[in-house]
Amino acid sequence: MKGVRHYPGFLAMAVACLVILYAPLIVVTIYSFNGSTSITSWGGFSWRWYADVFTGPEAPRFKAAAWNSITIAVIAATSATAIAVAASLAMIRGGRFKGKSATFALINLPLMVPEIVIAVATLIFFSAIGLTTGYLTILIAHITFCIPFAYLPIAARLQGIEDAYEQAARDLYATRWQAFRLILMPLMMPGIISGFLLAFIISLDDFIITNFVKGAGMETLPTAIFGSVKQGIKPNIMAISTMMLAVSILFVTLSYYVNRIGQRTRS
Amino acid sequence: MSTAIDIRSVVKRYGTATALHGVSLSIADNEFFTLLGPSGCGKTTLLRCIAGFEDVTEGEIALFGQNIAGLDPNHRPVNTVFQQYALFPHMTVLDNVAFGLKMKGVPLSDRTARAGKMLEMVHLSAFADRLPAQLSGGQQQRVALARALAPEPKVLLLDEPLSALDLKLRQAMRVELKTLQEQTGITFIFVTHDQEEALTMSDRIAVMSQGRVQQIGTARDIYEAPVNRFVADFIGETNLIEVTVDRIEGETARVTLPGGHAITCPAAATTPGKHHLSIRPERLSLATTGDLTATVERVVYLGTDLQLLTRLPTGEEFHIRLQNSARTEIPAPGTTVALHLEEGAARLLAD
Repeated sequence: MKGVRHYPGFLAMAVACLVILYAPLIVVTIYSFNGSTSITSWGGFSWRWYADVFTGPEAPRFKAAAWNSITIAVIAATSATAIAVAASLAMIRGGRFKGKSATFALINLPLMVPEIVIAVATLIFFSAIGLTTGYLTILIAHITFCIPFAYLPIAARLQGIEDAYEQAARDLYATRWQAFRLILMPLMMPGIISGFLLAFIISLDDFIITNFVKGAGMETLPTAIFGSVKQGIKPNIMAISTMMLAVSILFVTLSYYVNRIGQRTRS
Repeated sequence: MSTAIDIRSVVKRYGTATALHGVSLSIADNEFFTLLGPSGCGKTTLLRCIAGFEDVTEGEIALFGQNIAGLDPNHRPVNTVFQQYALFPHMTVLDNVAFGLKMKGVPLSDRTARAGKMLEMVHLSAFADRLPAQLSGGQQQRVALARALAPEPKVLLLDEPLSALDLKLRQAMRVELKTLQEQTGITFIFVTHDQEEALTMSDRIAVMSQGRVQQIGTARDIYEAPVNRFVADFIGETNLIEVTVDRIEGETARVTLPGGHAITCPAAATTPGKHHLSIRPERLSLATTGDLTATVERVVYLGTDLQLLTRLPTGEEFHIRLQNSARTEIPAPGTTVALHLEEGAARLLAD
């Protein structure tokens, strides 16, 4: 069979995709080390905009926003992962039950519904039940939309684990809980970690829903960056974006390797 | 001898499908008992009902007199060796073997010592710190055995444990299994579809088909005195020919063979008329005048044996096995031979 490289137009298509996807990221990354105040002309290599993020006039705002982002991402990813583990056990080990496909659709719905719709609906819902928008509403919204992202790798992992392992544990006098804790959970762990990392990065990155439900005075990193950019793009925004990019790449890579290790240990 | 397992009229249904149609059987303490049958006959379902992975729909399973139907698997003093072993991949061999003891609350030093002893028994002491993935199939199989035997169950269940091994290993494991059973004195219930495995290891065999027990007996019983066509056909090789039963007197029948010769043979059928006769291919010899005549179609040389594929005058295929020796005269294809039936070679079957 002919390799994909030999199809006509492959090179042009590949180059176009790579340039469109990654050129802006590369430009932002390079200019975050720009020594001048301009965002277009190069003034030599410098760390000044990174220093500016931590010590400059906007530093307190960014620090508060980063703290919110990270705490929300940790709590939301942890909760979503716990819920996703329970959901995957019910879906994959729970036998047949009525409304199983409907449940599956419901778990994964947030992946398919346009985010703006969820954002509007969530805001309307919070105001209808009289919940003041703020940290708590952001957290609730984040837990919700993180569930499918945590669910997918966990469910995929669980699907690949034969139920003979749990049966063997039960047969060897383990209670239901012991069989889960000592056998099934360690076997699921690569999926759980991978799901957690994915949920964490999704929460850390989210802008649209967060912007709707955050309330006045409450900022996460993405909304703080957006607010700052509205007053004109300064190189410190590039520095902060580059740092977020680095964190994202780190987490996605971790998630990928954890999954790979998991696949190797599966006997 | 006391009864280890007493299965009384066990029925298992999955929705509208019935996997077990009222199975009853008794297994004695210290017995090597085999459930033998083709796939889908209900043997594994029955084993899973004893282990507690499946609930019985009707009936009772008693373990040393105590009804265990309804108990969770962890409350049954019964352990299982799984078909694919199901060794815990994230635990060392030693931890795998000690797992049951740990769950039973045996203190660390005791359970390590006992698990070590079990590994010694299956000749794997040197592998205690390995992970299961680092062992060969045969070694994993022995770890699975050690793990299931370590908590000293009253009954050990084995679900086709040899099916994943190659032939040489399978033959060696048969001997090892039988020795282990005699050493430990634990009742073994062994599930297999391999009749040779069943015949070589078992004290008694239950032949199952379509959710029912067809016959229970020693290897010799079921091979030499099958009660029906299924058992005769499933165990070993046999010739099933249709015959007319003239009369039945107790356990014997007077039967007319194709070709008109009449013989007396043991019978499992009870009514005169058309029935099937089972004749084992190795219980025949060539003679000058015999009970049957057949035309040789093909001779297959098997080394220790010669197999003659012949056809009766009625058109039915008929197989004969002759032991190979220098004195054996090999009939040429196309010749007609006369066959002498050994005493008790033929047996009348119920359908």
